[in-house]
Amino acid sequence: MDAVLLSRVQFGLTIGFHYLYPPLSIGLGAILIVMESLYVRTGNPLYRQMTRFWVRIFGLTFALGVATGIVMEFQFGTNWATYSRFVGDVFGSALAAEGIFAFFLESGFLALLLFGWDKLSPRMHLFSTVMVALGAHFSAIWIVVADSWMQTPAGYHLVDAALGRRAEITDFWAVVFNPSSVVRLSHTILGAWSAAAFLVLSVSAYYLLRRRHQEFARASMKIGLLVAILASLGSLVTGHSSALVVAQYQPAKLAAMEGHFPASAPAGLYLFGWVDEGRQQTAGLSLPGMLSWMVHGDASKPVTGLSAVPSQDRPPVNPVFQAYHLMVGLGMALIALALLGGLLWWRGTLAETRWLLWILVFAVLGPQAANQLGWFTAEVGRQPWIVYGVMRTAEAVSKAVSAGQVLTSLILFTLIYLALFVLFIFLLDQKIRHGPLADDLEVAYRRR
Amino acid sequence: MSTLVELPVIWYGLVGVLLIGYAILDGFDLGVGALHLFTRKDEHRRLMINSIGPVWDGNEVWLVTGGGALFAAFPEVYATVFSGFYLAMILLLFALIFRAVAIEFRSKVSLAWWRQTWDVSFGAASILASLLLGVAFGNIVWGVPLDGQREFIGSFWDLLNPYALAVGVTTVALFMMHGAIYTVLKNEGDLQAIARGWVNNTIIFFVICYGITTLATLVYVPHMIQHIREHPILFVLPLLTMLAIANIPRETHHGRDFLAFLSSGAAIAGLMGLVGIGMFPILVLARPDPNMSLTIYNAASSPKTLTIMLIIAAIGVPIVLAYTSSIYYIFRGKTKLDSMSY
Repeated sequence: MDAVLLSRVQFGLTIGFHYLYPPLSIGLGAILIVMESLYVRTGNPLYRQMTRFWVRIFGLTFALGVATGIVMEFQFGTNWATYSRFVGDVFGSALAAEGIFAFFLESGFLALLLFGWDKLSPRMHLFSTVMVALGAHFSAIWIVVADSWMQTPAGYHLVDAALGRRAEITDFWAVVFNPSSVVRLSHTILGAWSAAAFLVLSVSAYYLLRRRHQEFARASMKIGLLVAILASLGSLVTGHSSALVVAQYQPAKLAAMEGHFPASAPAGLYLFGWVDEGRQQTAGLSLPGMLSWMVHGDASKPVTGLSAVPSQDRPPVNPVFQAYHLMVGLGMALIALALLGGLLWWRGTLAETRWLLWILVFAVLGPQAANQLGWFTAEVGRQPWIVYGVMRTAEAVSKAVSAGQVLTSLILFTLIYLALFVLFIFLLDQKIRHGPLADDLEVAYRRR
Repeated sequence: MSTLVELPVIWYGLVGVLLIGYAILDGFDLGVGALHLFTRKDEHRRLMINSIGPVWDGNEVWLVTGGGALFAAFPEVYATVFSGFYLAMILLLFALIFRAVAIEFRSKVSLAWWRQTWDVSFGAASILASLLLGVAFGNIVWGVPLDGQREFIGSFWDLLNPYALAVGVTTVALFMMHGAIYTVLKNEGDLQAIARGWVNNTIIFFVICYGITTLATLVYVPHMIQHIREHPILFVLPLLTMLAIANIPRETHHGRDFLAFLSSGAAIAGLMGLVGIGMFPILVLARPDPNMSLTIYNAASSPKTLTIMLIIAAIGVPIVLAYTSSIYYIFRGKTKLDSMSY
């Protein structure tokens, strides 16, 4: 295997593993604001107990997020040095801004969130919670902006600089608000809220099934359901807007997502299928004209197909098709689950509907899988480009690093991450089994 | 043309400030990590870990932001160093991962072997991270083989030259001294008494390393003192650094632990400032042909990007400094263990 493929596998592995955690930090951050605001407003110790319990889970996911996140920032330099030289002028600014505006805020106030209970008044503690959640969201903004610039580059020009040709900024705001950044950001954030909401639902459902901490579980369930309904429905809306931007700026990606080959013909929307890339055919169940209708509002209008794209510029089709369709399927299932849960909650029978509670226990995996598949679709669908239409992935890799070195680091990352994952699950399970602490019902805030 | 000349200089300074901030702040928690294996009592180790518990993560952000600023301001340096020092960088990442998870994991299970495992990981990772950071710095000062495209053409073993190793060990000693003073400052009772002993020992360890490294610098890398020789006013900096170091045992002797901590912070800033002055305007020295070096001029981003980044820094940094110092203020005083502690 060559250094390019190995570096891609390593980046995929490390970002995929990392991205198990940030959605939980982002989403739990938002949910903690709700829980602690309820406590500050009502003074009900139950909400305080909830906040303290979920802060502990937050602390664990945050630690894993930090540990695996620093790897990502270094990896542009270690494995993608040619890319870094080429785009540093544009892309580096977004990463630096993420550090200054997001990471400092998040990690600074995390100290108060975790350890400031007896040093702050309830209001000041809530303020810290809000700052941590804001930091997590800011970090999503800058990293999605950076990634979106790679998808739909804007606000730059190519220049022959002292040591070679590179991209330089011409318009900072055009870089930040490049055509895909806002829709992709909203879709990413809602995906993160879903991940956290379904974690809350899973733990609450587990307690209800075991008939433990029932008051705690019911109250958490209510908040979890509300966020899950909002986030899963919102994901559908923002997912649709994202697809429209893809249709306009990355036609090859859209064609791969739907396995659409004819250069210019009306396109259907597959519910499921299988792409035969060799024979350029897609078999499956499709709604005729539906993709044309979604893109153009007219079922008879043509959609650009892969035949119109030179073969060296096409992404791998079937993997993108399958990842995309699985993501959409999971998204729909999560909407159904959230709405059904909400309905039974409203009727007051959810706590007795054991089969649904069991589904909710395992549904925590749904948004995580959908988030991973969504990123897979976005990033693999951009291939063979690292910066769409500007730089190819194969040209971007570090010249000073051999395949053997990357293989070494890849094997080590795999082993270490496997161990971390096992430990994370073990400790998460332990915290969940342990449950909310009775002590946390007693007020330990500093009263001013 | 004047902006072209000035902006890279400003960013040379700003990246330097971020790295100095990192060394002073994460320096003490790396040092605490290296030292905590020297006490066997679980309670002492917990106190030491919890003394850095609320702040270590924010301290590491200085490195992340320094890396981001380097990427944005001098992308060629970020690319050359991170890819050239590949295996060393990966090892540094593993060390930082183990540090982060060891703090989080150790307290979750109260079995002795579990805690010992994570304590050893935490200690070893802290020492390794300090050593690697120092070795990287040492290599940049010593010079590394670069080709015409500014690609690193050496091997992993080239990075382990005696000079770079000396800088690495000096860094470990410096951070251990800094961490020992922090431990005295943040604790009381018998742990504080033990830590006072560490302060004495680590000062001796550091001064020996510092002396050897300085001698090696004067003998083998004389370009590092050229600016000082040309501008004698700059001699003030090594003088002040020396005084700051000498002031540490004086303040500890009088029990003024906070002033001792400030002195050791000042010593770190002074030492890194000396490296900064010595290297200027070179960022990565090429060996054997210095014409292949990466300088703040050929490695910098466009003036436009440097200006944008300057605006971002002007907005962001004061806010960061304001809340970071408030948070340190809130956590002032001696470390206590409670139900939320590690």
